[in-house]
Amino acid sequence: MSSGGHRRLDIEEVGDVTVARFIDKKILDETNIQIIGNQLFGLVDEDKRGKIVLDFSNVEYLSSAALGKLITMDKKVKAAKGKLRLCSIRPDIYEVFAITKLNKLFDIHENQEKALEGF
Amino acid sequence: MSSEAFEVTIPSDTARGQAVQERIISLLEKLNFPPRDVFGVRLALEEALVNAIKHGNGMDPEKNVHVRCRVNDVSAVVEIEDEGPGFRPETIPDPTAEENLEKPSGRGIMLMRAFMSDVSYNDRGNCVRLVKRRDGDEAE
Repeated sequence: MSSGGHRRLDIEEVGDVTVARFIDKKILDETNIQIIGNQLFGLVDEDKRGKIVLDFSNVEYLSSAALGKLITMDKKVKAAKGKLRLCSIRPDIYEVFAITKLNKLFDIHENQEKALEGF
Repeated sequence: MSSEAFEVTIPSDTARGQAVQERIISLLEKLNFPPRDVFGVRLALEEALVNAIKHGNGMDPEKNVHVRCRVNDVSAVVEIEDEGPGFRPETIPDPTAEENLEKPSGRGIMLMRAFMSDVSYNDRGNCVRLVKRRDGDEAE
């Protein structure tokens, strides 16, 4: 992993899929978001991982700046011909995706097990 | 009726914005606002403070952000004013339009409007007023 600062993602390999679970409860602060974004992008740009699941089970808050990073991540994965899935998003947070219609952009699954199915 | 109010001026520093956010959230929790209201207010405050610090003041350390807050049993009202030139909220493109869906802007204001009871700007566009009525209460 490339970027400085504390590790913000728990990385696990399940077969050929990389599962990245956010460690933070709040993905709000600008500096935090920058670090998390860099760690996410490193999965594609440096580690060349093609199938990625982002697990949101710890996340209680997330701002529009964090959504911006997820959008960039999605673009990077698509450009690398990879696949990105999101999972375990609690209802409050899902509402944030629904309001901004990003639930249409992202491939969102109920839990990690379902996200890994047929991936 | 319980009522709490404060005014504070902070520099253009998101860490200081976070501290103000925590102070307001603790008032809501003290007055037993439902968790869903607290979630919405926190999100709206984050967006409004980041907008004021980044877009309004352009992170200029010489410029401040003024926050006025009043919370009582039925509502929370927060005004956040920056020292920037202001903007016209109606000129922000709709982030949910198909052609804008992948662009990373415009969502902050949209989330504020979705989660608060009322969001308004002054004429200059450098001060946002956020109102959250306690869930289920009609009156402000």
